[in-house]
Amino acid sequence: MTKFIDLTLNGISTGAIYAAVALALVLIWRSTRIVNFAQGAMLMFTTFIASAVISSGGSYVLGFVVALASGFVLGGVVERVVVRPVENAPPLNAVILTLGLYTLLVAIAGMIWGNSPRSFPAAFSLHGYTVGGTTLLFTPNDTFIVLVVIFVAVLLALLFRRTTLGLRMRASAFAPEVARLLGVRVGRMLTLGWSLAAMVGALAGVLVAPSVFLGPNSFDPILIIGFVAAVLGGLDSPPGAVVGGLVLGLATSYVSGYEGDALVPLAALVILMLVLMLRPTGLFAATRERRV
Amino acid sequence: MIRRARGVVRASTLLRSLALVVVVGLVLLFLSNTFSAYRDLQLAEAAYYFCVLAGLTVLAGSSGQVSLGHGAFMAVGAYTVAKLANAGWALAPELAAAVVATLIIGIPMGVACSRLRGPYLAGATLAFAVGLPAVADKFPAFLGGENGLSINPPTPPASLGTTFPLERWEAWIACIGALIVLFVLYNLTHSGVGRALRAVRDDEIAASLAGLRIGRWQTLAFAVSAAAAGLGGGLLVVVTQLATPGAFPLQLSLTLLAGVVIGGLGSLWGAAWGAALLVLLPNWTNDVANSISLSTNVSHNLPIAVYGAVLIVAMLMWPSGIQGGVRALVGAVRPALAGRGGSAGRSSTERGGNAGDVPAGDREAGDRVPEAGTKTPSGS
Repeated sequence: MTKFIDLTLNGISTGAIYAAVALALVLIWRSTRIVNFAQGAMLMFTTFIASAVISSGGSYVLGFVVALASGFVLGGVVERVVVRPVENAPPLNAVILTLGLYTLLVAIAGMIWGNSPRSFPAAFSLHGYTVGGTTLLFTPNDTFIVLVVIFVAVLLALLFRRTTLGLRMRASAFAPEVARLLGVRVGRMLTLGWSLAAMVGALAGVLVAPSVFLGPNSFDPILIIGFVAAVLGGLDSPPGAVVGGLVLGLATSYVSGYEGDALVPLAALVILMLVLMLRPTGLFAATRERRV
Repeated sequence: MIRRARGVVRASTLLRSLALVVVVGLVLLFLSNTFSAYRDLQLAEAAYYFCVLAGLTVLAGSSGQVSLGHGAFMAVGAYTVAKLANAGWALAPELAAAVVATLIIGIPMGVACSRLRGPYLAGATLAFAVGLPAVADKFPAFLGGENGLSINPPTPPASLGTTFPLERWEAWIACIGALIVLFVLYNLTHSGVGRALRAVRDDEIAASLAGLRIGRWQTLAFAVSAAAAGLGGGLLVVVTQLATPGAFPLQLSLTLLAGVVIGGLGSLWGAAWGAALLVLLPNWTNDVANSISLSTNVSHNLPIAVYGAVLIVAMLMWPSGIQGGVRALVGAVRPALAGRGGSAGRSSTERGGNAGDVPAGDREAGDRVPEAGTKTPSGS
């Protein structure tokens, strides 16, 4: 029973991280109808930058801020330079392009920092809370993770629902022609969408790095689980992404706790298959499904 | 008389593909007999890569979907062959079983993913590629864990003589597999099936109005393509005698994708270019890295960086790949030749056949051109 509680608590904190990755994917999908398969590599890259800052004497907070800032810049640059030309091309082109970007970023990170994983510091203690004599698997750092992700999700919701900028971004995503006629700089809004998404991704990278170690390929499973979480939530809906992230966090926590770490990506695949078979539109979106 | 024979060959896809297979087979036979053992091994590698790339290019070019899980399908084929070889099966049934095993896994995936458009197949197959190698660790007794399964090398038949090199025999086996794939996929893409797939790819609504069941055709394309990858993986084990989880990382699947994109999406010739490149590129980058003495970190990652950069640049600037360049070259040379020799020999049937894979490359450029066959005035 304690194991079950431990796994549940652990699932909530990893679920928060998956929710952040899923949010990053959903933000990009909403603005440009592209699934950013390079997301995992982008957040790996920004986390390496943070790691370099911290290991050369910077504080954790400085590394954290640098990771978010470099994510913001990287997202914008990627959208402007490589994604813009394929935005109106067949969807296959964008898929291949983001995979190329993934491959290139992984290779460059390997060239600069080497392929062997390194450790990454946590913001707070990694010793679990003690409740009535037993030590839980939930740590102060987990509390930090959950709170930060909730904070970011609320901030994004406020941005999109309550500000003019958010309204412009939504207009650019849903009706670019009309938005352009009304004077919205659509291209700039799309770039901003990618920047925000990459920043949320960078946040997820810094939060997850202490528990998985930092290597060019160590975030591959996280990208996949984030993708499944986004699909579960409908790929179109930020609240769906958060719920999907939590569901996946719990599911993968039980799988890795009872069956071992190695099966987590396959469990994610099984969940994805079930979702696509039973409710292909996800739990929250209104996309039209297609019958076989 | 010769002219009439050429007309018959052109009119029948089956005869044309048989002629193609015989010609390519003879060229490969000649090459393998002149090659050194090392080159023969490279030929065998290129042959099993060709199987996988040909399947992938049919999937992407004909049905407009992309799979990142073909490395994992190779693993399915590879482990099937390794298990059965250790159980004492003969080579041909072993490889056939690899194809069947891959189909058993590929068909449900294709069904699930064909229900929605867009990048879902890519995402699902990505999860498959990352997750599958771990299964070997989960069942160490059955699948050998990290160390994988090893098999005995195939023995060349005694009739070839006692000094016949093993590498050449392996190259022959792999090339026969590649020729079978070439034959099957050539006929598939140049038949009603290929036309149906292209119709589904180009305009789903029009295709379903014409009575095509979209999801079924896409599932079929996925299944065929997975089966080709399974055969490729089986041949890999025959050549390398080893199936390990480390041989099929996510990187392999991405490398395969780079191979088809570089070669030219949708074209079987493009798959051949891609296969050659996948074998040769690591050697070239190694030579470069050694000659300017780069650090191991850099030289290890150099081929991967090249694949990534090529994928990006190809999508931005040259989506039709090497085969697109070759085709443009042929297109420029052919009218000049035809004009000199009186163009009556170019029958329209041949145009129709060749046009099959032309739009695939062009479509990637984003501009939807009509089929080449309808664009050019009829030659006859």
